[in-house]
Amino acid sequence: MSDHDKIYSTKFQDKIERNTLLMFVMTAIAVAIGGIVEIIPLFYLPNTAMCQNDPTCNNTQHKDTQGNVIPMDKIIWNPTTSEHKTLDDWQPGDGVRPYKPLELAGRNVYIREGCFLCHSQMIRPFRDEKDRYGHYSIAEESMYDHTYQWGSKRTGPDLARLAGKYSDEWHRRHLKYPREVVPESVMPNYFWLESKPVNVAETVKTMEVMTIMPFNPVPKTIYTDEVIAGAAAQLEGKTDLDALIAYLQSMGNHVKFEEGVNYRD
Amino acid sequence: MEATQATPVKYDMEVVRWFTIAAAIYAVVGTLIGVYVASELAWPFLNFDLEYITFGRLRPLHTNAVIFAFGGCVLMATGFYMAQRTGGTKLWSNKMAWFTFWGWNLIIVSAVVTLPLGMTSGKEYAELEWPIDIAIAVVWLSFGLNHIMTVAIRKTSHIYVSNWFTMGMIVMITYLHVVNSLAIPVSLTNSFSIYSGVQDAMIQWWWGHNAVGFYLTGGFLGIMYYFVPKQAGRPVFSYRLSVLHFWALSFGYVWLGAHHLQYTALPDWTGSLGAAVSLAMIIPSWGGAMNGMMTLSGAWDKLRTDYILRFLVVSLAFYAMSTFEGPVMSIKTVNALSHYTDWTVGHVHSGALGWMAMVAYGAMYHMIKKLWGVERMYSESLVNVHFWLATIGTVVYVVAMWVSGIMQGLMWRDYDEYGTLTYTFVESVSAMHPYYAMRAIGGAIFNLGAWIALFNIVMTVRQASALRGTNAVPANA
Repeated sequence: MSDHDKIYSTKFQDKIERNTLLMFVMTAIAVAIGGIVEIIPLFYLPNTAMCQNDPTCNNTQHKDTQGNVIPMDKIIWNPTTSEHKTLDDWQPGDGVRPYKPLELAGRNVYIREGCFLCHSQMIRPFRDEKDRYGHYSIAEESMYDHTYQWGSKRTGPDLARLAGKYSDEWHRRHLKYPREVVPESVMPNYFWLESKPVNVAETVKTMEVMTIMPFNPVPKTIYTDEVIAGAAAQLEGKTDLDALIAYLQSMGNHVKFEEGVNYRD
Repeated sequence: MEATQATPVKYDMEVVRWFTIAAAIYAVVGTLIGVYVASELAWPFLNFDLEYITFGRLRPLHTNAVIFAFGGCVLMATGFYMAQRTGGTKLWSNKMAWFTFWGWNLIIVSAVVTLPLGMTSGKEYAELEWPIDIAIAVVWLSFGLNHIMTVAIRKTSHIYVSNWFTMGMIVMITYLHVVNSLAIPVSLTNSFSIYSGVQDAMIQWWWGHNAVGFYLTGGFLGIMYYFVPKQAGRPVFSYRLSVLHFWALSFGYVWLGAHHLQYTALPDWTGSLGAAVSLAMIIPSWGGAMNGMMTLSGAWDKLRTDYILRFLVVSLAFYAMSTFEGPVMSIKTVNALSHYTDWTVGHVHSGALGWMAMVAYGAMYHMIKKLWGVERMYSESLVNVHFWLATIGTVVYVVAMWVSGIMQGLMWRDYDEYGTLTYTFVESVSAMHPYYAMRAIGGAIFNLGAWIALFNIVMTVRQASALRGTNAVPANA
């Protein structure tokens, strides 16, 4: 028996090692399994905010302290059942909503400038994070965030519940020259955002694209043709800085969280 | 490896030479940008009020440059080198290999242009916009097809273990890149992920961790399994351990991404599953590290004189350290402290600098001698200087990030006697300053080593070419 025919492991392993196609196929199977098991259920299980065409979001049930199921339209804004029918009428606490045109433009700026590299938008269920930032984040709150912005690093603080914490004027000064407001900050100056007009065409196009997303699109009942047609007027004359501030002021006040409710089960 | 040829095979090595030189250049550039962005965090005036060089725009350029430019060129150089030499055959298609070379470099150039302009998809380690993503898929598949076909036409009976790892990488990176990059464009330079929230986060970290697992780990383990035995002049310690290492890693690594999302809005079971498999991965990872280390048994004395071997051995030590640290950080209670802090950054760099870059340089020095047919580098002692700079730079970097990361985590959760938070957030920022400076210094030391390596490599190639000129051999180098 020559050395080449000797089997040092198992017959099957030896067969794989002699056959490129078999090696390719076996590898392709081995590396596929973990992803399939962890990712595909997230499209079908409750509590993952997969809500398209299904107001129950795969039967998600948040229960109040008496054990009664909180209706999902208290979590996710539904213009047909809410007393506030349009994006402009929407009030904080009405539930998770898609972004208004100026906020969406600001979100584009946020992504473009790589803000997510230093700021998270995901508060964890710990005492210190509650005291520092507010109620922990839930899945529904980022359901309209195509290209999610949870982040992975806090060189700066979390921004998930920034809405209303500071005035627009504070944000304006802080974004332009952070160290004038917070001397220890290491954030770059963003004063130049003030001289950049909002990209109107791209923002309108972004709204259209959000309505045709295969997963969790913005309902056409919210981004109606009318809303999209009226977006340009709302964006006219605004700068990237205005847009970014509008976006920051929209973060985290959508849901009215009840004390004692476990939103994670 | 068992191939014995009556007439020596004429390999297609010119493209490998180009990939190797490109890798040496990108290592310098990539780590230099890294030092710069690190310095911006220590001394924010370095942003110079120029939008193109703000931290937010340059940091993706740093990660893309070191992972895809440096790492990619190393993987493609060694991939083509090992497939030919272990199979005793030329490349399946030399022309396609050149397409891969120019295509890959064109992609790198497009990254250098688009990222500072703020054209980003907003996904970490997958920032490049959709037209470039399509180009990446095409060029990557050209590499993959060529590699696999070269393995298929080998003259040897068995496929050598290095090629298993490279094949695993080719398949997995294709899956990851395609699924994670699916987006709807709004313009040529802007697009949005088709997934949102929880699903997007999971898919992103399935990509993010497996870019580490299959590209920076699997691909470089292929390098380890070829170049450690070659440089040590001894066979791999255990064939069976390498079988276990490969299949356990291929099957298991895929599950780990979820541990990046502990305590987020991702369901708990997914993160727990990710952490459980992460812990299990210590076994094959350490098995593989031992396999590499023990390959040197009986040849440990070579470490005294063989500086290239030093790179390879220390890379294995960092590999073992990082593959222990990672699972520890995936445990929920540890993750609660470490997540969002510099500890993660330190962990990544102990892997990227200590493991990946060190094993890459070991392989590059080894290949350069073979590729240009020289007995020794232009300066062997500069290899030794580079080795120490790389090692010390990495240690300084990692230690700075350990201290700052753990300090951040502890400051954020600290309560005073009245039950209120002890520190404001910005107090944790200013406490980081000395460590951010120290990190920049560690990175600069590593970068200096990369410059020395580039100098040494260029001088070696020039000497070899000059030598060839005097022997009147056609200069088609």
